[in-house]
Amino acid sequence: MSNIPSDRRFTESHEWVAKAEDGVLRVGITDHAQSKLGDLVFVELPEVGSSLNAGDACAVVESVKAASDIYAPVAGEIVSVNESLADAPDAVNNDAYGEGWLFTIRPSNEGDFDGLMSADDYSANLD
Amino acid sequence: MSRTTPLFQEHQQLGAQMVEFAGWDMPIRYDSLMDEHHAVRNSAGMFDVSHMAVVDLHGERCRDFLRYLLANDVAKLKQTGRAMYTCMLNEAGGIIDDLIVYYFSDDWYRLVVNAGTRDGDLAWINQHAPSFDVAVKERSDLAILAVQGPDAITHLTSVLSRTAAAAVKELKPFQAWHEDHWAIARTGYTGEDGCEVIVAADDVVPLWRELLNKGVRPCGLGARDTLRLEAGMNLYGQDMDTETTPLVSALGWTVAWDPEDRDFIGRAALAQQRAAGTTHKLVGLILDQRSVLRSGQEVQNSDGEVIGTITSGTFGPTVQRPIGFARIRKDVTEECVVNIRGKALKARIVKAPFVRQGKVMPGILGEDNAS
Repeated sequence: MSNIPSDRRFTESHEWVAKAEDGVLRVGITDHAQSKLGDLVFVELPEVGSSLNAGDACAVVESVKAASDIYAPVAGEIVSVNESLADAPDAVNNDAYGEGWLFTIRPSNEGDFDGLMSADDYSANLD
Repeated sequence: MSRTTPLFQEHQQLGAQMVEFAGWDMPIRYDSLMDEHHAVRNSAGMFDVSHMAVVDLHGERCRDFLRYLLANDVAKLKQTGRAMYTCMLNEAGGIIDDLIVYYFSDDWYRLVVNAGTRDGDLAWINQHAPSFDVAVKERSDLAILAVQGPDAITHLTSVLSRTAAAAVKELKPFQAWHEDHWAIARTGYTGEDGCEVIVAADDVVPLWRELLNKGVRPCGLGARDTLRLEAGMNLYGQDMDTETTPLVSALGWTVAWDPEDRDFIGRAALAQQRAAGTTHKLVGLILDQRSVLRSGQEVQNSDGEVIGTITSGTFGPTVQRPIGFARIRKDVTEECVVNIRGKALKARIVKAPFVRQGKVMPGILGEDNAS
């Protein structure tokens, strides 16, 4: 079983959400998710500045076999995206919790972060 | 309940990710699909393709029967062990299946057909065989292992008996050696050198293990698909079916028109289509930017008119670009546009294959990237 970092929160759709600077949240997909998807060959990221509702499909990760939607874990505005993934989508496979982050979002309500799943809950959900 | 091949436990032991495919529980990948793909392009990989059906035909009039049943002409197979690729058509010229036919002796031919079309194929063959007194026997007692890649034959011959190894080294493409329950053909679905080994189910597990020990990498259906796409080979059910003829499936070369008096099922309809002229063609497409082509995506011309559909698509691991096949209007050449999630991406129309024997074909990467 892959290591699930306890310094962040999770969604049922296998996104991770970590607190970055200035109240902004960094979002990626979990190691479990990248392992299920297999080698990624393309990542489509949201527009910086776009406003999203929680649960909006806002990015797409594609392996050779399938395309999977990525959902906004909380409502908010996209602050930045990981542009290095355009040429190196495999960073998501190699380092899902670090270099393979997807985007940062400024949440509309700061409290939404606490409503997401803890590492223990996410881990239990996988079993 | 899905059917399993004699290698099912080997797949499980290797931790394969399994999928249901045409009623069979098959490995889609063991670990990294990319690594499996590159193993076949650069060294050697092996695929369990035992889900495909082996059908033996026996009878004095086998040859006459197959000259009627198949669009290619088995009269071209003159030496024992010779094989050819062909379509089996319905009366309308639609493709019932694509298959490989082996000539073993005048009263024994063998067909290897797709798993997904097995039932329909057998019904069709059985419907026509009695008029030629041909006995149809499905060989579900056999397994098939495809060993593919530049080092495939070296590894394979290193685990065979001396007699078999000597024979296999001499095989030309589309030629098979056979003895007892073994038939080894220099054929494949990857664009690389290699063999397809048809063996008794009991013999396939030891063969698999020996090849594994030699460093031949197990590969799943995922890599099989990227390899065949780069190699420009059609997949039945995606790039062609009963609604399409060989003439609109880039398979015109497999139809033997000569001799003119050979009557084969579908000939009249095909001849009519050829005379009237086809409106569509199956072509290769490549994008010069990151994305992934998928079957079902709409293809347009530069004016935004819909001109066709992607039939197979992927990201080519060797080409390192999005590639696919599309059935499009015949008058469109050179460039078209593919709509992916609302974005219109420019695609170049190219002649498949994209890759042969480990190398990207000239022209595939475009003039800007010519080296």
